[in-house]
Amino acid sequence: MTSSSTKDLVSQPYKYGFVTEIETDKIAKGLSEDVVRLISAKKEEPDFLLQFRLRAFRNWLTLEEPDWAELGYPEIDYQNIVYYAAPKQQDKKASLDEVDPKLLETFDKLGIPLSEQKRLSNVAVDAVFDSVSIATTYKEKLAEHGVVFCSFSEAVKEHPELIERYLGSVVSSNDNYFAALNSAVFSDGSFVFIPKGVECPMELSTYFRINSGDTGQFERTLIVAEEGASVSYLEGCTAPMFDTNQLHAAVVELVVLDDASIKYSTVQNWYAGDENGVGGIYNFVTKRGQCRGARSRISWTQVETGSAITWKYPSCLLQGADSVGEFYSVALTNNCQQADTGTKMVHVGPRTRSTIVSKGISAGRSSNSYRGLVQMGRNAKGARNYSQCDSMLIGDQAAANTYPYIRSQQPQAAIEHEASTCRISEDQLFYLQSRGIGFEEAVSMMVSGFCRDVFNQLPMEFAAEADKLLALKLEGSVG
Amino acid sequence: MIRPDAELLLEITDLHAAVEDKPILKGVNLQVRAGEIHAVMGRNGSGKSTLSKVLAGHPAYRVTGGSVRYRSQDLFELEPEERARLGVFLGFQYPVEIPGVSNLEFLRVATNARREKQGSEELDTFAFEDHVREKLAVVQMDPAFLERSVNEGFSGGEKKRNEILQMALLEPVVSILDETDSGLDIDALRIVAGGVNQLATTDNATLLITHYQRLLDEITPDYVHVMAAGRILRTGGRELALELEQTGYDWVDKELAAQGVA
Ligand SMILES: Nc1ncnc2c1ncn2[C@@H]1O[C@H](COP(=O)(O)OP(=O)(O)OP(=O)(O)O)[C@@H](O)[C@H]1O
Ligand SMILES: [Mg+2]
Repeated sequence: MTSSSTKDLVSQPYKYGFVTEIETDKIAKGLSEDVVRLISAKKEEPDFLLQFRLRAFRNWLTLEEPDWAELGYPEIDYQNIVYYAAPKQQDKKASLDEVDPKLLETFDKLGIPLSEQKRLSNVAVDAVFDSVSIATTYKEKLAEHGVVFCSFSEAVKEHPELIERYLGSVVSSNDNYFAALNSAVFSDGSFVFIPKGVECPMELSTYFRINSGDTGQFERTLIVAEEGASVSYLEGCTAPMFDTNQLHAAVVELVVLDDASIKYSTVQNWYAGDENGVGGIYNFVTKRGQCRGARSRISWTQVETGSAITWKYPSCLLQGADSVGEFYSVALTNNCQQADTGTKMVHVGPRTRSTIVSKGISAGRSSNSYRGLVQMGRNAKGARNYSQCDSMLIGDQAAANTYPYIRSQQPQAAIEHEASTCRISEDQLFYLQSRGIGFEEAVSMMVSGFCRDVFNQLPMEFAAEADKLLALKLEGSVG
Repeated sequence: MIRPDAELLLEITDLHAAVEDKPILKGVNLQVRAGEIHAVMGRNGSGKSTLSKVLAGHPAYRVTGGSVRYRSQDLFELEPEERARLGVFLGFQYPVEIPGVSNLEFLRVATNARREKQGSEELDTFAFEDHVREKLAVVQMDPAFLERSVNEGFSGGEKKRNEILQMALLEPVVSILDETDSGLDIDALRIVAGGVNQLATTDNATLLITHYQRLLDEITPDYVHVMAAGRILRTGGRELALELEQTGYDWVDKELAAQGVA
C-alpha cells in the first residue's frame, strides 16, 4: 500500500492512562472469610449484608471459573489481588468542596467535571474511584422528585430496607463464579430508585475509574423502577495503563415493575493493554434485568471498546406479560483484545418481545465473539424475538465468531435470526479516498455506518462520543 | 477545444506501472491541456482502467517508472485524497457499494473536502441539501438516491449517474471517466453525456475511456487514443474512433508485432 496505510501512522495513545497520586487506605492482598468480614466492617454494614457476603463467599469457594467462552488468558491468582482500596479522606463529604481536589481534578481530566460550575446540566453523575463513590451530583434536585440516586454504600445506610429487598433478587450470589466473587467483596457502586409513576427528570450516570495497579474492582449497581416509572442510565469507565492485568468483576441488577422502563447504556473504555497484549483490564461482568411487571421494558445498549478480556452478557428476564427486552451492542476489538459478549433473552410471560442487534468489529489480531441465548418458556405464548448479528473484519488477522443458542418450549413463539460478516475492502476505502476523504475518516465513516443502528439507541450526548471513540480505537489498525 | 497555449493540466511521461509484480503499463505518454476532451479506447485488458487507477492513486498499483505531472506538481507525491481535493476525479468503471454510509453524508463530506481547497465556504447540512438538488438536475437523478447508502443496491446505470453527480459536485479540473457509458440505457446515455458536456469548460479537461462511438456521438472528443499492451499505440482526431468502428482492432496486432511487442 502507499504511505496512506495507517500502519505508518502513529497509533493514538490511550488518553486516560494516567495514574492519580493519592494516598489510599488499602487492605492486604488475598481473599478469605476474614477479608470479607473486614470489608463489611470497614463499611459499617448491617448484619444482613455481612451474611449476604459470607453466603456468597462460601458459594464462590464451591464454584469453578467458567471456561466455555472463546477466551484465553493466564490463570488468575485470586490471592494476589487487593480487594479493598479507597482514597483516604474524611467520612463522606457533606459537599463537593470537601472532596480531595486531586480527585475532582482526575474526573475533570476524564471529561467528567463534578464541580458546581462545570458539571453537565442534564446529567447527574455518581463518580466511583477505585472501590468507593466520591461524589454524586444533583442528589437534592432528584430527591425533590422522589428519585434516589446515590452510592451503594450510602443506600445501605439510608435505605437498608430497599437494599435488603432487592439485592441479589435478580442475580443471586451463587449465579456464577464472578457474580459470587462480586457479592462477597463488592465495595461500592450506584443505587437508583425511581418511585411509582415518576419519570426521572434527568439522565443518570455512573463513572467508574480504576486507579490502583493491584486492586480488583468489584462494583455493584442496583436500579429499581416502580410501577410506571422510567429512567435512562449511563455508565462509563476508564483505567490507567499498567503492564499487569487488573480484574474487574461487576454485577448490575435491574428490577422493573408494571409499565416501567429502564434504559441502560454503557460506554466501556477500560485500558485494553498495549499492541502486544501486555496489560489491560480483565472485565468479567454479570448484568441482568428482570421485567417483573406487565408491559415493562428493559433496554441494554453497550459500546464495548476497552479491556484486554471482555466476558459480558447483559440479559433480560421477561416475566411480565407483554414485557420487552432489547439489547444493542457494538463490540470493537483491536490488537490482542478478546471479547466474548452477547445477551440472554429469557421469555417467560406471554407475548413478551425481544430484539437483539449486535455489531462486532474485529481489527488487528483480536478475537470477537457474539454469544447469545434466546429462550422461550412454556408460557411464552405469542412471544417474539428478532436477532441480528453482524461482524466486520478489518485486516486479515482478526477473528469473529457467532454463537446463537435457541431453546424453545413454546411452539407459538417466533424466533428470527439474521447474521452477516463483512470486511472493509481496499476498494471501498479507495473509493472514499478518491473523493477527497482522508483514510482515517474513510475507515471511521464505514465503521460508524456499520454501527448506526446501535448508536441511534444511545442518549444524544453520547452517540457522537461513541463515534469518536471507535475512530480513535481503530487508528493504526487498517493497512 | 484545442488551444495550444492553454494550461498543461496533465503530463504523463513514459509511465510504467505493475500490479503484484506484473507489469501492465509499459510506457504511456499523454498530454492534456485545459479545454480538451480526450477519448481513450482499446481492447479489453489493454490497460485503460489501470491507467485511470494509477492516476487516482489506487494502492494496489505500483508505479515502476516514468512520471506524471498534474499542473506542474508531481502527482505521485500526493495521497489519493489530496489528488481529489486538488481536482483529479475518477469516475469508476465499477463503483463499489458502501453499506451503512449515507450517500448524502458522503457527498457532503467529499464536496466540503474539495471546497476547502478551492477556498469556498463549507456547506452545512441544510446548505448542502440545496446545493445537491441543483446538481441532481445535471444528471436528472431522483433525490431518493441521496437517502440510500452509497451505491448500495443501485442498478448499473444508477451507479454511473451517481458518479457523474459526484463529478458535478466536485467540479474537477481533470476528470477521468472510465466507461461511464457502459450499462446506461439509451436515454440515460444521452442524459449523462449531456451532463458531461455541461460540466466541460475551457478550464478543465476530460478523459473518456470508452468502447463505443455512440458516446462520442454525444461528446465530441478533440483526440482519440488507442491503448494496446499498456501503451498508447495510436493517436488521432475524432475520425479515428469512426475508423475503429469499421476496422476493429485487428491492425493492433500487426502494429505491435511490427514494433516487436507481441
Ligand atoms: N488488481 C489486479 N490484479 C491482477 N491483474 C490486474 C489487476 N488489475 C488489472 N489487472 C490486469 O491488467 C490488465 C489490464 O487491465 P485493465 O483493467 O487496465 O484493462 P482495461 O483496458 O480497462 O480493460 P476493459 O476494457 O475490459 O475495462 C488485465 O490483464 C488485467 O487482468
Ligand atoms: Mg477497464
